[in-house]
Amino acid sequence: MMDCVLPRYKVLRDHDQCTDCGLCARTCANGVYRRPREGGPIAINSKRCVNCQRCVVFCPAEALAVTAWPQVGTGSANWTLEAMQDIARQAQTGGVLLSSMGNPKPYHVYWDHLLLNASQVTNPSIDPLREPMETRVFLGSRPEIPKVNERERRVVEPLPPQLKLDVPLMFSAMSFGSISLNAQKALALAARELGTFFNVGEGGMHRDLEPFAHCAFAQVASGRFGVDAHYLNTAAAIEIKIGQGAKPGIGGHLPGEKISGEVSRTRMIPEGSDAISPAPHHDIYSIEDLRQLVFSIKEATGYRKPVAVKIAAVHNAAAIASGMARTGADIIVVDGFRGGTGAAPKRIRDAVGIPVELALAAIDQRLRDEGIRSTVSLVASGSIRNAADVVRAIALGADACSIGSAALIAMGCHQCGDCSSGRCNWGIATQRPALTERLDPEEAAERVVNLVRGWTLELQEMMGGMGINAVDSLRGNRLMLRGVGLNEKELEILGVKYAGE
Amino acid sequence: MIETIEIEVTAVAVTGAEPPAAEPPTATRAEVALGLSHFKEANERVRAALARADEVAVTDAHAQRYLGCALPAGKRLAIGGTPGNDLGCYLDGGAIEVFGDGQDQVGNTMNAGSITIHGRCGDAAGYALRGGTILVRDECGWRAGIHMKEYERKRPALVIGGDAGAFLGEYMAGGVIVLGGEPGPYVGSGMHGGVIYLRRPLAADAVTSGLVQAPATEEDVPGLAELIGAYNEAFAGEGPPLPAPDGGWWCLRPASARPYGSLYAH
Repeated sequence: MMDCVLPRYKVLRDHDQCTDCGLCARTCANGVYRRPREGGPIAINSKRCVNCQRCVVFCPAEALAVTAWPQVGTGSANWTLEAMQDIARQAQTGGVLLSSMGNPKPYHVYWDHLLLNASQVTNPSIDPLREPMETRVFLGSRPEIPKVNERERRVVEPLPPQLKLDVPLMFSAMSFGSISLNAQKALALAARELGTFFNVGEGGMHRDLEPFAHCAFAQVASGRFGVDAHYLNTAAAIEIKIGQGAKPGIGGHLPGEKISGEVSRTRMIPEGSDAISPAPHHDIYSIEDLRQLVFSIKEATGYRKPVAVKIAAVHNAAAIASGMARTGADIIVVDGFRGGTGAAPKRIRDAVGIPVELALAAIDQRLRDEGIRSTVSLVASGSIRNAADVVRAIALGADACSIGSAALIAMGCHQCGDCSSGRCNWGIATQRPALTERLDPEEAAERVVNLVRGWTLELQEMMGGMGINAVDSLRGNRLMLRGVGLNEKELEILGVKYAGE
Repeated sequence: MIETIEIEVTAVAVTGAEPPAAEPPTATRAEVALGLSHFKEANERVRAALARADEVAVTDAHAQRYLGCALPAGKRLAIGGTPGNDLGCYLDGGAIEVFGDGQDQVGNTMNAGSITIHGRCGDAAGYALRGGTILVRDECGWRAGIHMKEYERKRPALVIGGDAGAFLGEYMAGGVIVLGGEPGPYVGSGMHGGVIYLRRPLAADAVTSGLVQAPATEEDVPGLAELIGAYNEAFAGEGPPLPAPDGGWWCLRPASARPYGSLYAH
């Protein structure tokens, strides 16, 4: 059939710089570079390029760069080149367009419309380099009124189980299968070093990760991959996955070619067959049913582990969260539409769900209005890009944030969005041994730790500037935020005043 | 020796508290009457009894959920009355026998062991069943055996003597379902592993696309014989036995382990 799909990128090679060393050909799993059999300079097939930039970073002669394919559209703002290329691809295959990572469309990034406060003259700012700043947070359900024996200075009635995070940041759920074991190990090492938690995702817990189980969330999705009593009791906490920001209403589907022996053993499923976890858990058709699953996990773990429930940010997120808070869940995780994924139908990724900023603010407000905010902790995820986003999320009501994409970028991910092909040149979103061995868990962990350390310093500086010395005092403190470039409705939902007010 | 054990319900666990060390069993058998107690109290009492005896008779169950949750190998529950949803969830090698009906999600995410129900059960029996055997004497609700899966040497089995509701074996990725009665519509929808045995062939237009229907062959007989034997032994004298394994059974198998392999445009 006629192939109307154009290349997306063009690989530029500076012939003056190129030493013809051949590293590019050895590094590219997509087959962009090929040395002809008859010899001669390496040939370039730009059509195969996904712009992962591995060759650009590693080219010792700095002879390579990737640019957009120079073809222009017709000038129509409606029939853009992308819209027409999507049609070409579907006309050739009749399939569902597959994509990866989060929503890339130019919707409002509300983080960028929220400005932070700083103290001037009154309520002095705090210098975090010299004064203590508390970044520790606890996640878990709190009793409405803790019963305390003040004479003996101790809590009389036992608290529900709590997780202690030294920084208000965790790592989002990413399964073995969607990312490599080395990438998971890097997150585990980083979580342990930082005093926080990673999340094994819905693909079970590989035995190599069990030494890190005390800083792991175990996830339970509809396919129940790798879920048994040992799995639940080994982890520090359990997360029920109802939805994911990148693909609300869509479940997981790991294609059979990624189900290697190790993935099969970890997920406890047959080797080589598709791993399907559809959006519905067929034992959950209501809030009452969710409560049933929450308590089945609590029964299986002796009420010693917090249970989180993760939903995608969707239209009725606040009402849904209100129900979730009444299921006995200890933690609510809300994931916005920019949250990443290893694979999602493109139409779903680009058209379904809402920004986490709006969902988070609405949920926090709803739970406060109903007087149940303290019964659950609230975790926000779905494209937290830097320390200022963390500050904004906490001020909008989050107890902590989870990062996925940012942690992967720290390891080397360049957001090419080709995760589903399984040819990740950075050794992250792949199961091919030749590629996964490129990622050294220790080095990748160090990079992630560095990132979070840097963010923590910035978080302390921003809090200090506001005259705040503990994350607990920032949580839900929307007076520390002002909006710019937002309409009245947006300000109302976010619960913030306009800059200058 | 029958010993009735009563204990106080403990409060919510303290952060980081270790589970109380189990005392070695001091009785061979214990009995716990549940009455109208809340599931949390009921399960506490059952667990306390199981800590002291390997075999516990639960009587007067009134829909308390999670009975036998994660019950390990070597332990046995005999339940009189009606256990609630999620009976034997995460079952880990223990044996549960119900002298009555089960409710929804019997053996939810069960790993190993056995559940025998002298009656019927509700929806989603054997959800994500990965190992062990569930025997249901009579009919079951919708979506029995959904997400059943096998791996390595684990091969779970679900035997239902009566009729099944719609979507029997949905998304099934392994294991064996034996159905003595009639299935509802959409049998094996999304099935990509394992086998479903039926007494009679489905009409050609009732065979879900992606599945292949065929008469059971000699190769099916040993496995089928074991399950039919287990059913007939467990429910002897309670109703008609299942016919012999070579007595004209039919089977449904997926044509591919990758039913959605060509769904996507890359």
